[in-house]
Amino acid sequence: MALGTIFDIAGSGMNAQSLRLNTTASNLANAQSASSSTDQVYRNRQPVFAAIQQKEMAISGFDQHADASAGVQVLGIVESDAPLQRRYEPHHPLADEEGYVFYPNVNVVEEMTNMISASRSFQMNVEVMNSAKQMVQRVLTLGQ
Amino acid sequence: MSISFEKALGIHEDALRVRGQRASILANNLANVDTPNYKAKDLDFKQVLAQKSASQQRFAVQVTHQRHISGAGLSEDPNVLYRVPHQPSIDGNTVEDQIEHAEYMKNALAFQASFTFLNNKFKGLTSALRGE
Repeated sequence: MALGTIFDIAGSGMNAQSLRLNTTASNLANAQSASSSTDQVYRNRQPVFAAIQQKEMAISGFDQHADASAGVQVLGIVESDAPLQRRYEPHHPLADEEGYVFYPNVNVVEEMTNMISASRSFQMNVEVMNSAKQMVQRVLTLGQ
Repeated sequence: MSISFEKALGIHEDALRVRGQRASILANNLANVDTPNYKAKDLDFKQVLAQKSASQQRFAVQVTHQRHISGAGLSEDPNVLYRVPHQPSIDGNTVEDQIEHAEYMKNALAFQASFTFLNNKFKGLTSALRGE
């Protein structure tokens, strides 16, 4: 049934967007987490989205009209390679011998736009699910 | 004289099913609005409905041996086409959320319209059966 899959699709979209919101929150919370060495400092994290391919399921499910893809999945979370911020703060307790402190490569402006985009996309998936629910409920009243 | 559901319900049954399929395809576009390299898809509604209401003629793989695998589901539905974006984006994604959203809402309304027609057909049938 085609309408039933909408709930899975919109649900996967909501899941992916909430994960994106989660990484954004983590990035923003750690934007000022200083460290004394480059390998200990927090790095900007971003989820990688990919469409779910559903060809195998289409064969076994015997549904000729199954779409090739159904929903979105998060393949993983990658850490950014962007250069870290190296600041000269000799009085900082975490400063190294030369007096430098490393700050994460989190761009706060980028993260804020990411947050807005993620919450809008989440909202859109909620609306899709809501109207799919209405469609299914209407079908249930058929013949009454 | 017998009542034929095929004749009585007409095109609305097929229309409702195709609207449901299209809703799932558009929902998939909306879920993948931030997926890099995802290409937005859509059904050619007119063509699909014409195929559905005509006899279902498809190019099927001929099975001449019991261990042959039927071709069903191996290839994508030929009626699912890719949308041409108005404003291509850098990451290769062709979903334009406003357009998809509008199409989804239009599709939901058309679904309700088809449903209303179908429901009225059933109501007509029941009143004919009652003979009041």
